[in-house]
Amino acid sequence: MTELDEIDRHILRDLAEDATTSAGEIGRRVGLSQPATWRRIKRLTEAGVLRGRRIVLDLEKLGFGVTVFLGIKLAIKGRVSLDDFERAVSAIPEVQTVQHVLGLYDYRLRVVARDLADFERVLRRRIMTLPGVGDVEANVLLSEERLTGPLQ
Amino acid sequence: MLDDIDRRLLRHLQNDPAIPVAELADRSRTTAVTAARRLERMTSQGILKGQRTIIEWQALGYAVEVSLRITLDKTDARAFDEFLAAARQVPDAIELQTFLGRVDVRLSVIARDMQHYQQIYRTRILTLPHIADIEALLHVATIKTAEAVPI
Repeated sequence: MTELDEIDRHILRDLAEDATTSAGEIGRRVGLSQPATWRRIKRLTEAGVLRGRRIVLDLEKLGFGVTVFLGIKLAIKGRVSLDDFERAVSAIPEVQTVQHVLGLYDYRLRVVARDLADFERVLRRRIMTLPGVGDVEANVLLSEERLTGPLQ
Repeated sequence: MLDDIDRRLLRHLQNDPAIPVAELADRSRTTAVTAARRLERMTSQGILKGQRTIIEWQALGYAVEVSLRITLDKTDARAFDEFLAAARQVPDAIELQTFLGRVDVRLSVIARDMQHYQQIYRTRILTLPHIADIEALLHVATIKTAEAVPI
């Protein structure tokens, strides 16, 4: 496990906001030289803290007007293979994330669609036909913000 | 608005955001000059908003992630605003979303272990204003996390 100091937290906050920020630029903000900052970034990367990058797209401008979170309960647990369900649900292009959870539901999905009619199509043809799918709850995403969490 | 070249560029960039432009152009079957120009255009149009680094909380010792699905007491008109403002101050929260549906708000909270989580839950979550009901989903595993869209 990696322990962070104040400078590490600043570096992580900056990179989480913009992955393309150079080590020199971050170094200026935290008062370190470019090589010293680069060494810290390398150490955080090697420790597995920096897991990679993700591009941020404006989904509405790309024509994806609706994001829906689905809670799914499997109907016949034990008889249907979780592997089969996971493989099938991961293969649906509109499904962005699949999380296995404990609680009221077994899986949590993030689904994008062009509009509500398109979402209904995905739900009926792709989700409701998955092996073992039982109770499904849908919540339409209105707003979303990522917080800095313990990096504050 | 987007043509096939734009879509191919975004598709490959989604899968591998750190890819050099020359290679991105190659995979997208176009030239580096065109690729650079297209990326610049999509950035200025606000389609491509940037790149974030993903932080692996587990590597920092945060073994527990809980999704708190919260229903608010909407008899008070200020419930949403006041709840959201207070939730942003929770130091262990990494995601805050609002919904149209059975659940009003979802707050994603990370903790070092279950004991730490229980402490956060009692001192930081239950004290948030206007909560009518809370359901917790304990995160077991991430099966798919590309967050890629079918462009």
